[in-house]
Amino acid sequence: MKPAPFDYMRPDTIEEACAILAEAGGGATVIAGGQTLMPLLALRMSQPFILVDLSRITALRGVTRIAEATRIGPMTTQNDAIADATLQSRLPLLVQALRHVGHHQTRNRGTIGGSIAFGEPAAESPAAAVALGATLELRSVRGVRTVPADEFYLGPYATVIEPDELLTAIDVPDWPADSVPLFREVALRPGDFALVGLIGSIVLESGKIARASLAWFGMGATPIKARRAEDALIGQSPDSLQPALIAELAIAETDPFDDHHATADYRRTVGQRIFTRTLSEALGIRQAA
Amino acid sequence: MSDHRIELTVNGQTRSATVEGRRTLSDFLRIDAGYTGVHVGCEHGVCGACTVIVDGRAVRSCLMLAVQADGAAVTTVEGLAAPDGTLHPVQQALRDAHGLQCGFCTPGIVMTLAALTSDEKKPGAETLLGAMSGHICRCTGYQGIRKAARALAGEDV
Repeated sequence: MKPAPFDYMRPDTIEEACAILAEAGGGATVIAGGQTLMPLLALRMSQPFILVDLSRITALRGVTRIAEATRIGPMTTQNDAIADATLQSRLPLLVQALRHVGHHQTRNRGTIGGSIAFGEPAAESPAAAVALGATLELRSVRGVRTVPADEFYLGPYATVIEPDELLTAIDVPDWPADSVPLFREVALRPGDFALVGLIGSIVLESGKIARASLAWFGMGATPIKARRAEDALIGQSPDSLQPALIAELAIAETDPFDDHHATADYRRTVGQRIFTRTLSEALGIRQAA
Repeated sequence: MSDHRIELTVNGQTRSATVEGRRTLSDFLRIDAGYTGVHVGCEHGVCGACTVIVDGRAVRSCLMLAVQADGAAVTTVEGLAAPDGTLHPVQQALRDAHGLQCGFCTPGIVMTLAALTSDEKKPGAETLLGAMSGHICRCTGYQGIRKAARALAGEDV
């Protein structure tokens, strides 16, 4: 239960971190908040030669406004993000999701970027990034590129990040202030990973659904965008749509798994129910307003 | 492999040491520095017994490297009671509410509650009770702990 030996490096700048990663040729692992990586090190499921600690790179922390979007520094801790006034007003759905990440104590060190880059399929932050249409900025000594969050995930814990790349910004586009948030997760206990989770946002214009973005977590190898359900929602008015039918479309796109907490069938059954309930409640609240 | 010189304060006292990169803060505090109030349970971030306060925030010390605490102010359970033995309000609340039995998980619970109740913004019971999800206790059935948390939030219990 003790980590295997490694060389610890703590760069002060993004450039320095990228140079270390380039030179390490895949032998380095980046530690952000460490709330997932430290257990893996302790269990020796991860045994890097070099551990690159990003905690002193101030340029990777904080929330700023850019053109029609909010830029979140990946090293912003989950609790700092929850308390951030810009995120509370611009991205309340993200703040709501972050309250479900781990426990108070792990949110004090755990970071948004660490969770997004790690790619746990049942985690809230990756699905939030996908549902909100975030763009992820990746840097290396070779240059900068941006990847939409819904093209970022390849499988459980597998992303398009190359070994020499660093996640340096999470850009979340603005959503209309009256967007209807959808969030629900079923977990064994508060703070546990979700058995089934759904996050999304719906935009209504003149009484009809103009935009819908919905993503599942814990329902397959990656966060899963419910594209057919989104398409089916567009143009509908909340009074006439049948949530249970949309839920069927949404569940058909998932590929849940069996584990010692729940079977795939359980996840599908519960997923369909929470989808129906969450969509109905979200649009019902809207109608009443 | 790599060794690092660190300097930090623990309960107000400056300490410097040379640590291996892989040394966890929990092992540093308990084994190297002798703060045996840091109880190391699961060693992988599940049980919460090793929770300490780092720069004002409750964190699991097994999920942090000692080298990462370089320059930080750390408080362990040894740093809470007054020199004359008067208990910290959190310790007193747990005692009054029978919030402990064997005591293994207790230092972690005390540190989380102490960090939260030291904030200017006085937290409500919901916040304190919610933060208790980060601790596992196998003796009490949690009711005494919850009662102490509610008392600390100013509720009549």
